[in-house]
Amino acid sequence: MYSSRIWAARYLNIKNKKAPWNLSHKTLTVYPVQDIYSCLPFVLKNSFLPYNGDLLSTKISRENFIRSIADLLRKAEIELPDDVVNALRKAEAAEENQVAKSQLQAILKNLEIAKKYRVPMCQDTGIMIFFAEIGSEFQPGFDLEAAIREAVVLATVEIPLRPNAVDPLTRKNSGNNLGVGIPDIHWKIVPGNQLKITAAPKGAGSENMSVLRMFNPTETGSIKNFVLETVVNAGGMPCPPLTIGVGIGGSFDAAARLAKEALLEPLDVPMEGLEREIFEAVNALGIGCMGLGGSTTALAVRVKTAHCHTASLPVAVNIQCWANRHASVVFGGDE
Amino acid sequence: MEYHLKTPLKKEDIEKLNAGDIVYLSGEILTARDEAHARILEMGEKKEELPFFLEGAVIYHCGPLMRKTENGGWKVVSAGPTTSGRMSKMTPPLLKAHQVRAIIGKGGMKDVVDALKNGSVYLAYTGGCAALAAELIKEVKAVHWLDLGMPEAVWVLRVEEFGPLIVGIDTKGKDIFAEVREKAQKQLEKQG
Repeated sequence: MYSSRIWAARYLNIKNKKAPWNLSHKTLTVYPVQDIYSCLPFVLKNSFLPYNGDLLSTKISRENFIRSIADLLRKAEIELPDDVVNALRKAEAAEENQVAKSQLQAILKNLEIAKKYRVPMCQDTGIMIFFAEIGSEFQPGFDLEAAIREAVVLATVEIPLRPNAVDPLTRKNSGNNLGVGIPDIHWKIVPGNQLKITAAPKGAGSENMSVLRMFNPTETGSIKNFVLETVVNAGGMPCPPLTIGVGIGGSFDAAARLAKEALLEPLDVPMEGLEREIFEAVNALGIGCMGLGGSTTALAVRVKTAHCHTASLPVAVNIQCWANRHASVVFGGDE
Repeated sequence: MEYHLKTPLKKEDIEKLNAGDIVYLSGEILTARDEAHARILEMGEKKEELPFFLEGAVIYHCGPLMRKTENGGWKVVSAGPTTSGRMSKMTPPLLKAHQVRAIIGKGGMKDVVDALKNGSVYLAYTGGCAALAAELIKEVKAVHWLDLGMPEAVWVLRVEEFGPLIVGIDTKGKDIFAEVREKAQKQLEKQG
């Protein structure tokens, strides 16, 4: 069995033998990109365990947990969920604009190649975002957050992932996809004795086109137009066909969270009401795949709501490119 | 129309292209995104010589994911296009200083139509199709400015039949993205 700590200590030239993921946010140390990549051949030879497709673990050790999270990231980066692939296939079959059709065909071919060679489908492997639902009776016996950080470093080297995490002001790249607040892990306590973790690495192209607005409470009728405006301003930049997550209500930050969670909803569940209304209006815009025209601007619109202050109406639109990447793993359960 | 072109690109290769045509490109392309554009312009202002040649060149808006090989070279893992819109402002001065023949990116660019009229085109490559792109990139010939970080460095790549690239903006001023945007705006006004 490999030990990620041993290779890290040997190959990252860490003098005090302290691995980077053990450092607290305040003392985050930056390792040059070259260092982390120079250990790749060693990792590939000695510690690469192929993803076995079984994401349900009943036993949980720290080492198995780290392995599973790194495998989860690999799965999310290489393969799209079936519902997303099916939606893309359906869009390709229905598209009549020949330029748009060629783009959808390129996307489907790209997915095949990524799967065949086990490489990330997009070079923007995203920033590391996790949604964790932890059962109130689930007892890991180790620091889960530190272990997730360790898995991110391992995945960055193994898969590999592009180092995307930078200081917001100096723009200095940490080189290992760790940083203050990254990975971004959202914890939710739920009943039960299981831990479900969803990895949803998010690229910048679509994230940059996302918008939040605080409406007046009487402006519910403007929500649809707000989404349409957002999509028109984004044009081809966020890599349509899009999944559009709309968060309505909550507070300033809760609305954004709802919109992001909405992106994880299955695409094969029929859209109703406001979702369908927005979806049809978005696809009537004619922006099309990659902004080159056609009828496939969005694959789906998903709306999530929460109660809000009587004087508020927060609305967030989180834009997702065609590569709606996410994968989940469940730990624990009845034994 | 479908064209199969080889670099270095000649002015007549470029002028025959019309918006909507499909192009497959073979030869050498250079990646450059935000930081590289800024440095090219900065060095130009200081009259410093660039470490690479941009005349007749093809710029690819791309921040690739690379893997270092055991013999010290580099291999492309994943290399799709990045959002070209971020380079819109820096592109006209860059094209004024260097006769770049083609720009490959995604999502289109704003206010570059006039700058492209002097014999350059904007080619759209399917956003996110990085595994497909990596398969069509046959060799990493050189890397410059690695101090900018892996995504921002200038990578010199040899490609074969790189595409499908859609002519997004041609030399005559036709811009598919602008047309689509305009139509979408009209539709939005109609619905609103």
